[in-house]
Amino acid sequence: MREFDLETFLPRFWQALGDTAVMTAVSFVVAGVLGVLLALWLYASRPGNILENRVVFAVLNFVINLVRPVPFLIVAIAVVGLTRLVFGTGLGPLPQTLPLSIVASVAIARVVESNLVAVAPGAVEAGTAMGASPARVLFTVVVPEALGPVVLGLTYILVALLDATAVAGALGGGGLGYLALNYGWARFDYTVIVIVVVTLVVLVQAVQAGGNLVARRVMH
Amino acid sequence: MSTAIEFDRVSKVFGSGTSRVEALREVSLSVQAGQIHAVVGCSGAGKSTLLRTVNGLERPTSGRVVVAGRDTTALSGKELYAARQQTGMIFQQFNLLSARTVYGNIAYPLRLAGLSKDAVLDRVEELLAFVGLTDKALSYPSQLSGGQKQRVGIARALATEPQIILSDEATSALDPATTAEVAGLLQRTNEEYGVTVLLVTHEIDVVRDIAHRVTVMDAGGVVEDGTTYDVFSRPQHAVTRRFVSSVLRSVPDEGALATIRRVHRGRLVQLHVEDRETDQPFLSEVARRTGVDFDVVYGGVEELQDRLFGSLTLELLGEPAAVEAAVAQLRVSTTVVDLDAAAPPAPSRALRLAEEVAVGA
Repeated sequence: MREFDLETFLPRFWQALGDTAVMTAVSFVVAGVLGVLLALWLYASRPGNILENRVVFAVLNFVINLVRPVPFLIVAIAVVGLTRLVFGTGLGPLPQTLPLSIVASVAIARVVESNLVAVAPGAVEAGTAMGASPARVLFTVVVPEALGPVVLGLTYILVALLDATAVAGALGGGGLGYLALNYGWARFDYTVIVIVVVTLVVLVQAVQAGGNLVARRVMH
Repeated sequence: MSTAIEFDRVSKVFGSGTSRVEALREVSLSVQAGQIHAVVGCSGAGKSTLLRTVNGLERPTSGRVVVAGRDTTALSGKELYAARQQTGMIFQQFNLLSARTVYGNIAYPLRLAGLSKDAVLDRVEELLAFVGLTDKALSYPSQLSGGQKQRVGIARALATEPQIILSDEATSALDPATTAEVAGLLQRTNEEYGVTVLLVTHEIDVVRDIAHRVTVMDAGGVVEDGTTYDVFSRPQHAVTRRFVSSVLRSVPDEGALATIRRVHRGRLVQLHVEDRETDQPFLSEVARRTGVDFDVVYGGVEELQDRLFGSLTLELLGEPAAVEAAVAQLRVSTTVVDLDAAAPPAPSRALRLAEEVAVGA
């Protein structure tokens, strides 16, 4: 085991932290937009809702269930052709946001949809009885009522994304996972692994605390 | 008096095949404008389904529901939304929007109606004052008690100045004191704004306290309909009698009779007391004429819609022939149930009532 060299480690660490931040943030934003839209579409096409459509609902449901159980590693490998096509390369943090966004989108879609469905039927009924159109009920009753649990769900997914970036990193995306694997694990430098683990723990705690804070603000 | 809501042979069937349920069977009913009209019945009698056809939350399988001259079953889309904005509704579980403040909840229907921000503010302040929650404007529903939540529900239902308020078991989730408070508020709403209130409930106390008219439902059909006084003082149907007897305790049940008999060995008769046109004291007259002594051993007289009714149980003491004569003379003035007769005379309505109570129905 070699002596731990802080001077060579620190630049690598900052680089890795930055790459992880880019991968997580970009894919979270992209997946947030796509996932929420997908969730709204899924919810609206449910039997009895505004855009009721059995076929659309079944197809969306199937697609989401198709992607969700596949481990991220497999998804990333499966779409590597597409990644290369879009970004010209599979290496670096940005290209890896493609598989990350795909996986996070379906996860967010499911989490958000579940929380929309879980909104008290009484609230929906009250909105309807007051004369709100179904679309108005969706956006002024269902979505606001679901917001608290949705924020917590998104926080959960953000943490899971952070986790998945380690795998993405190993596949050439860089970041903390890559650092731990290539400079820690491969070189038997446990200090690096410990630093990465501690960093991840701190990040996760911070994300969760932030999510809880926001959720508390929107829940009453 | 004009008709506010007209149910015309309204039927509703849920499901099909073996799971087919007839929730409403050809219900025809008129709700007069400006009245508090109660619909009572056991759970599953179809009363909530009937109520929900008024604002199109439930579509009848057949029949018409005419509100303000329009058949609501024929409305859809924007017309239906507009009609709903003109009908307030309050719910058993309050159904407030938890993500909005009290202010936001009451403002919601006003925003739907397209009022300006200032107009919304004025109206909400007025409503908050009416329901006595001005200091709770910025609270969230989770911070309120059940009674306060329902007051918000009422304010919200009144926001757009509707002509009709639908109350779906609005007091059933509240404790007795709060029930009385909320019922009182509904009554005040009716009196001050002239709003027609169609009230579905299984709580007969609320009906007695505030309803002008009662419809009794059983198994999807109307079994009795009349003024609250008539229905309470002369209930015709078994279901009605069961409901009425649970709030009117002027008729002794088996246990009470046993207690009475421990001391009172004379002839026991039960008199029906109703509003009378004269103040002729028939009890003492009969006693004087027949030489029979009497004692009041049980009973009660209640006031309902400014009229009196109830029941008195008397012990008659004297020669058997004189007592017999007294019973006969009492029958001239009122309905009498002979509690000692081995074979009861022609079963009067009051007797059937007594039996109903005696079996603890």
